[in-house]
Amino acid sequence: MASVPESVSFGGRLPSFIGRRLTLRAGQELSARIVCFLCALACVLSTIGIVFILAKEAFTFFQAHSPVAFLTGTKWFPAADPPEYGVLPLICGTFLVTVVSGLVSIPLGLLVGVYLSEYAHFKVRKVLKPALELLAGIPSVVFGYLGLNLVTPLLQVFFPKIDATNALAGGIVVGIMTLPMVASLCQDAIAAVPKAMREAAYGLGSTKAEVTAKIVVPSALSGIVAAFILALSRAIGETMAVTIAAGATPKLTFNPAEEIQTMTAYIVNVSKGDVSRGSPEYQTIFAVGLTLFLLTLAMNLLAQRFVRRFRRGYA
Amino acid sequence: MRQLTRAESAALLVRRRRIDQAFGSLCLVAAVIAVTILFVLVGKLLADGASRIRPEFFTSFPMPKPEEAGILSSIAGSLWVMVLTLLITVPVGIAAAVYLEEFTTRKTRMTEFIQVNIANLSGVPSIVFGMLGLGVFVAVMDLKFSILAGALTMSILVLPMVILVSQEALKAVPRSYREASLAMGCTKWQAITKVVVPNAMGGILTGVILAGSRAIGETAPLIVVGAVGYVNFLPKSVHDRYTVLPLQIFDWITRPAAGFKPLAAAAIIVLVLALLLLNSVAIFIRARSQSKA
Repeated sequence: MASVPESVSFGGRLPSFIGRRLTLRAGQELSARIVCFLCALACVLSTIGIVFILAKEAFTFFQAHSPVAFLTGTKWFPAADPPEYGVLPLICGTFLVTVVSGLVSIPLGLLVGVYLSEYAHFKVRKVLKPALELLAGIPSVVFGYLGLNLVTPLLQVFFPKIDATNALAGGIVVGIMTLPMVASLCQDAIAAVPKAMREAAYGLGSTKAEVTAKIVVPSALSGIVAAFILALSRAIGETMAVTIAAGATPKLTFNPAEEIQTMTAYIVNVSKGDVSRGSPEYQTIFAVGLTLFLLTLAMNLLAQRFVRRFRRGYA
Repeated sequence: MRQLTRAESAALLVRRRRIDQAFGSLCLVAAVIAVTILFVLVGKLLADGASRIRPEFFTSFPMPKPEEAGILSSIAGSLWVMVLTLLITVPVGIAAAVYLEEFTTRKTRMTEFIQVNIANLSGVPSIVFGMLGLGVFVAVMDLKFSILAGALTMSILVLPMVILVSQEALKAVPRSYREASLAMGCTKWQAITKVVVPNAMGGILTGVILAGSRAIGETAPLIVVGAVGYVNFLPKSVHDRYTVLPLQIFDWITRPAAGFKPLAAAAIIVLVLALLLLNSVAIFIRARSQSKA
């Protein structure tokens, strides 16, 4: 920029170094553009990297062990001799935790979202929103501690026979973790419903509850469903809280009071010991990781589809 | 349809009002439950750990005896990882956001593709990033279980967040600013570096701080790339082994001896306070940049 007044002092004719400077500038411009493009490409590269690494190591694993046995096997004992690689117990553990977490986060999150958007005075909202953000910002490992030392002892009061680490406690803390996300996404979806729809319903003599439950929530349904799916997908990928609170025993059970192991917890437990590269255990975590990745990806794509449908409705 | 008698319609009205009130209170109760949960959690942590927070807790290494143990090495490790992560991810994230918002004026197939990628990456479980780090940084690039491998992994994890927040901040800069600087003879790059990005700085900084707090709080990917729970030295270079605060907490939680539980709670209080501090700084910056605009 400083070069502009400089050129003025040379009179009418454009000196040659300014021409050079302009080409230099054009070169700079182009290289800046290329550097920025490469940085944007970093995201694409990491996606490719994830898919490639997971697929490569999982492929080596599946060459030695049949994928069908992996997906349908009901026993997961990778350290036993002979080892058993049936992923169903891990999937079942993840499923249990996810269902319990959904039972906590979905109804509570939806009601809090409705409250925030339809009922709360703006002063209340000003306090409630940061409180929820605070809850959302607490790291996963903290929820693990609370699941183990607060939720399980509380559960033991009602169910004395419950295991010290159990799917129920793990699911409850993961539900609390995802609650702020459900609440805030539901609030956004509900707030986007046009005011005219509410007013039309009020004009016909509806009460506030009727307007909310029969008009507003059904209109925002695809956004709300997207919030639910995202919460469940986060619960599937949640790691530290379930590693600590839900246990380390892969088990094919539907009883949430028992100790289980999720896919994520298995990966952590293997990684905690130094795994040597190329060992069968090293490859199992990639096979499990691939399963986890595909599962969450499918759910996220589903959620995005719902969000798009919602946007088409009102935007 | 039969017309309702006066008594019937009055009764119906009463019932509808009752349902209306019940629904309102139900929503209120849900909100109260959410806040109560927060208070109970914080209360439990304070009750368990507050007594252990003493000056020596910050200055000693994680000893085998719980009475002497502290969080010196894990605080050092967390700072190393956070600073390195931000050094890597902030320039890359801002540049990527600039490319997506400033250099491409209309949506092309390429930018659309990158955008979809970013959206999907932010939904990938954090532990999967750890496996990417294990496969690429630890194994192929042969960084072993070093701070550098951890920070690179963490950078990829927080990158989508930095890009998305920076994009929002760039979008908020009025179009007229760009047009004015171009009209003054700036090149596009000059307009970006001297006008657009400085004006978006408030929003970008918020994203940077949030990325930093995510980098401190995450544990799972670092376990996969070889951070350990027990380190009794201070890392001197990016090639050293390390521990981080949440991992130290994890290590103490999983120890069976009774004395480690309050230690874990105390370390959690320190971690949550640090995150709270970072987030309030972010909120403060956001509020200030909003009031300026």
